[in-house]
Amino acid sequence: MDFSFSDEQQILKQTVREFAEKEILPVRQELDEKEEFSYEITQKMFDMGFFGIVIPEEYGGMGMDYLSYILVVEELARVDGCQAATIAAGNSLGTAPVYYYGNEKQRKEFLPQLLSSKLWGFGLTEPNAGSDAGGTQTTATQKDGKWVLNGSKIFITNASTNITLGSTIQTLTGKRKDGKKEYTCFLVKQDRPGYKAVPMHKKMTWRSSNTSEIYLDDVEVSDEDMLGKRGEGFHQMLESLDNGRLAIAAMGVGGAQGAFEAAFKYSQERNQFGRPISKFQVNSFKLADMATEIEAARNLLYKACWLRDNGKPFSKEAAMSKLYASEVMKKVTHEAVQLYGGYGLMEEYPVAKFYRDQRLLEIGEGTSEIQRMVIQRKLEL
Amino acid sequence: MNILVFVKRVPDTESKIRIDQQSNSIIKEGLNFIISPYDEYAMEEALRLKEAQGGKVTAVSVGTKENQVILKKCLAMGADEATLIKDDAGETYDSLRVAKLLAQAVKQKFTEPHLLLFGKQSVGADNAQVPSMVAELLGMPQANVVTKLEIEGNKGTAYREIEGASEKVSFSLPAVVSAQKGLNEPRYETLKGIMMAKRKQIPELSLQDLGMKEEDLSPQLEVVRMDAPPPRKAGKVVEDEPPQAAKKLVEFLCQEAKII
Ligand SMILES: Cc1cc2nc3c(=O)[nH]c(=O)nc-3n(C[C@H](O)[C@H](O)[C@H](O)COP(=O)(O)OP(=O)(O)OC[C@H]3O[C@@H](n4cnc5c(N)ncnc54)[C@H](O)[C@@H]3O)c2cc1C
Repeated sequence: MDFSFSDEQQILKQTVREFAEKEILPVRQELDEKEEFSYEITQKMFDMGFFGIVIPEEYGGMGMDYLSYILVVEELARVDGCQAATIAAGNSLGTAPVYYYGNEKQRKEFLPQLLSSKLWGFGLTEPNAGSDAGGTQTTATQKDGKWVLNGSKIFITNASTNITLGSTIQTLTGKRKDGKKEYTCFLVKQDRPGYKAVPMHKKMTWRSSNTSEIYLDDVEVSDEDMLGKRGEGFHQMLESLDNGRLAIAAMGVGGAQGAFEAAFKYSQERNQFGRPISKFQVNSFKLADMATEIEAARNLLYKACWLRDNGKPFSKEAAMSKLYASEVMKKVTHEAVQLYGGYGLMEEYPVAKFYRDQRLLEIGEGTSEIQRMVIQRKLEL
Repeated sequence: MNILVFVKRVPDTESKIRIDQQSNSIIKEGLNFIISPYDEYAMEEALRLKEAQGGKVTAVSVGTKENQVILKKCLAMGADEATLIKDDAGETYDSLRVAKLLAQAVKQKFTEPHLLLFGKQSVGADNAQVPSMVAELLGMPQANVVTKLEIEGNKGTAYREIEGASEKVSFSLPAVVSAQKGLNEPRYETLKGIMMAKRKQIPELSLQDLGMKEEDLSPQLEVVRMDAPPPRKAGKVVEDEPPQAAKKLVEFLCQEAKII
């Protein structure tokens, strides 16, 4: 076993940490309060190369391993879960499906833009199809050699900014030979007539990340816009989520780390009964538990990345680390607020935002309940 | 323009330094090491000069294999080449040892550099001696603690930070310049830069390669004792109604603290 980072990973971790502290930290609170998506920070993240971390260099990506990608998300989330979300969705759900399932023409058309300046959404969830992703009601029907899309998507990250190019849309395209539903994905540009993407507001979590509803009203696309082959849609989406879970876990580990560091510092500065509150054993034990659980979550996540980077099955460990890291962050942010006392409830102090941003991690890309289902299935109960 | 930048590996400025009284050295265990922050300004300045005027930037570090990381970081920032002068002596705090190694390397291995850039001092040792010593050993002009640098042809102009003022000096190249905070804002390494650095080799030079023997580097300095700075004394709180408190504070500042 070798737990050391490569030189490149060390440099990467350091440079992302500096980037997050200098470019994001000064504005994270204001962006959150105004529920504002920052085009300036997003472009800086494009310039850093954060959007195609594992895409090979011949396609304009960075050609790094999965652990490197996870380190970037972890370091961003240590400062701001919202910017981490833009990057996690940008990589796992935006560029990855285009790269893994797209043909050469699609890769050449989209990747250069998606790696340098444009965002792309991943349209799976619908109002009536959340955890049950097979409940997709959006349809694509053939008409005069074209496909006509109708339906709607909800909660789609990065799908309605001024720099969004379009989204991958999962549709129902009929029935397979065995009678089961057939799903197919299309790469749909947002300038298509009948396509409308609208930002969703008044979120409690990830407020400066872009979340959207997409309406498809007789949107015409062609065979050339199909991602992979007809009938491969469901598999593509599930596989993307397997990968995506690692990034959500990284947000759990990074966010927990950020909340822990804040509470660690505060508990040494805050005096009650004539001494720092960290001197009370109940509080120091809390901090010891937080540090221990963060380390455990991090190790599980890195192990899952190691499995993936070494070409081994990782889907069980990905679900485990997503589940565990998000629950560790729940506990850590809860205790961090507790250590801050009343100030912890005030947005002026950093832990309230960590507390709110954690909430998504138990819901997005498969709820904790769904993760447990995935894990028990893998255990072959 | 051919620019050499000299960089040192130092403990992260945010780490808590502990001292081993037995060996009179700091305890390295658990410390995070980084490139000395002033050296980062030197590296950034070199890259900006290269981008404006063309040329080549080479990063050089003295130390063990562990220094590879900071040299790779320099390559990731945009340096063309990096060289490690391998010296296993560890931290000796002996500036002359390092200066001799560097001066010899410049003479023997680097053809006609125009500019030798350093940080004004390394964080941790804080001797601020190596740049001047190298300049002396090589017979080059030097400008230290520089906050602004202009190079035109064979001439350089530097603005030095001195007590309460700024001093403008001009010199001819080749020259030694050491960087102060404020010279520039160092860039982040991009992911592309990191991957480009990964493909580059970092050659190592041994004492032998430089034609030197351990005797040439006989220590000029011995660390006799090392102590942590005494903990800061608790501050004094003046408690009273504002008008009285202000009076007491002024009295204290005049008579006890003697600062006004
Ligand atoms: C900020 C944000 C960003 C998002 N980004 C994207 C995106 O980019 N792309 C995308 O496609 N989706 C996205 N989502 C959607 C997200 O993946 C879904 O919200 C999630 O899958 C849950 O679906 P749902 O909200 O419909 O909840 P439901 O499925 O209605 O679940 C409600 C509750 O029932 C439980 N439940 C459901 N089924 C079962 C079961 N079989 N057994 C036990 N319990 C069950 C759930 O665990 C949950 O507690 C995003 C969501 C948010 C909030």
